[in-house]
Amino acid sequence: MDSEIALAEPETRFALDAKKWAFRIGSVGIWVLPIIWIDVTTYLVLTVAGVTMGMLLFLTASGLTLIFGLMDVLNLAHGAFFAWGAYVGFSILNALNALGWVETGTLGQSAGSVLLALVVALAVGAMLGIALERIIIRQVYGDHLKQILITMGASLVMAEIIKIFWGPNDEVVLVPLAFQGSYDVMDVIVNKFRVVAIFIGGAVFLGIQLVLRKTKLGIIVRAGVENREIVQAMGYNINLIFTGVFAAGAALAAVGGTMWSIFKEQIHPAMGEENLIFALIVVIIGGLGSVTGSFLGAIMVGLAFNYVAFLLPKLALGVNILIMATILLIRPWGLMGRE
Amino acid sequence: MPEPILTLKDVHTHIGLHHVLQGVTFEVTAGRSTVLLGRNGSGKSTTLRTVMGLTPASSGQIKLDGKAIEERKPFEIARLGVGFVPEDQAVLYNLSVEENFRLAMLVENEQTWERMETIFELFPDLKKFWRSKAGILSGGQKQMLAIARAFVNDHQLLLIDEPSKGLAPIVVEQLGESLIQIKDKTTVILVEQNFNLASQVGADYFILDDGRVVHHGLIEDLVEDYEIKQKYLGIG
Repeated sequence: MDSEIALAEPETRFALDAKKWAFRIGSVGIWVLPIIWIDVTTYLVLTVAGVTMGMLLFLTASGLTLIFGLMDVLNLAHGAFFAWGAYVGFSILNALNALGWVETGTLGQSAGSVLLALVVALAVGAMLGIALERIIIRQVYGDHLKQILITMGASLVMAEIIKIFWGPNDEVVLVPLAFQGSYDVMDVIVNKFRVVAIFIGGAVFLGIQLVLRKTKLGIIVRAGVENREIVQAMGYNINLIFTGVFAAGAALAAVGGTMWSIFKEQIHPAMGEENLIFALIVVIIGGLGSVTGSFLGAIMVGLAFNYVAFLLPKLALGVNILIMATILLIRPWGLMGRE
Repeated sequence: MPEPILTLKDVHTHIGLHHVLQGVTFEVTAGRSTVLLGRNGSGKSTTLRTVMGLTPASSGQIKLDGKAIEERKPFEIARLGVGFVPEDQAVLYNLSVEENFRLAMLVENEQTWERMETIFELFPDLKKFWRSKAGILSGGQKQMLAIARAFVNDHQLLLIDEPSKGLAPIVVEQLGESLIQIKDKTTVILVEQNFNLASQVGADYFILDDGRVVHHGLIEDLVEDYEIKQKYLGIG
């Protein structure tokens, strides 16, 4: 729309500008509405919970949107990376707990245990991503139906492997001592780990933006989202870039899984599929291929889920599908996607 | 006799079920600009895409500076020193003009920035819109960006596909002046429907018809050859 505005006549430009700003203000303003029905303290608690959920959803959705945008791959196995990240993180925390780092120990050991769990989950996610892209995805480029079928199959296999390694039952995830409990800020109760989640989600968003906007690699990836062929003709190995983006997307999903597991304090083998629904909603709301769109979409979904879960619990998931449908009616290309 | 920089020998290319190139054979001499002419659908653009590896040849030989390239991937061919400007002004709309250039620069050194100075002299508008998104440029400016972007590296061969397509006559004139300067600095293969522009830029020509080279020679001779122009290009 920006280029459309720049090229338009002054009167038309004003109308397009107004439309753009009305849409932006409307998108943000709608999240202030719940304050009419909810008291301020509860509203703030729900807002923190919503932003936290949004940040965690963003971790999964950012990888999915890049994979969609750059590779045109409908990857329904993305949720499986999320679940693997959660289980790997769970194992690392258990192992570190045996050394006295998690449920007891210092602030440094608590922070170190979360960091180590994230790093190992990231590495495992990236390796699984490389394997899946090379063995399966590469065979089905350009064929969406086959992509859906084969990645759905891969997702089921990966969930079954989780059951073989970790068992089919729900597991309780340990929360490091320093992140247990809550802060009380003027009667607003803020869970300590939520602060960590918001910090890590924000840092990942800034990190991705930094790479995409300020580095040559970022320019190549953004160019690849727009026109793969020209990127190849300029001398870049698009297959290698595809593998790298797929691995990065899988790694981000795995990091999201670890964070989500500590946030929820519980994991189960089907958690990937549940999270995938949210990630898909976020990616569609934000616009395929747009990381910033996914960030805004994730915050929207997180807030809507928490507000509605408080006011009308049965509509909590439905409201996000409603938002997605409304945005698709107004802007079929999503908040920040390309027309 | 100077060595050919590019040789195509009996090149066949299929797109789906269509047999587009049906045995294209020609040589391009280093330092001489060459124009591929022919009616729509004669295989000119496919020839460039086949050289670039974007639409790989089904059979035949393609040699760049004596090295076989028909099995190579597009990125390898680009790194061997072939620049490509596709026919659809493939500038990256969501990148700034600066980012379009940074993407194109395979190496960034002093020579690259010296070439950038030449580019700014040839296309001053690109300096003016340096930080702007390429999507807001006019059709002519986008085409200039696409050509300049390919020129930013020290390519030994530049493939340019229909640069005048969809542009106003005044813009085509400016483009022609820039192309004349570029062809003095690198070997250019130009696909062009606008015969006036083609004759200004080219030294040698090849006419394609139904996926084969049916005529070739010096462009200065073709300018006077009304029979061939009428027969293959539909112009008097």
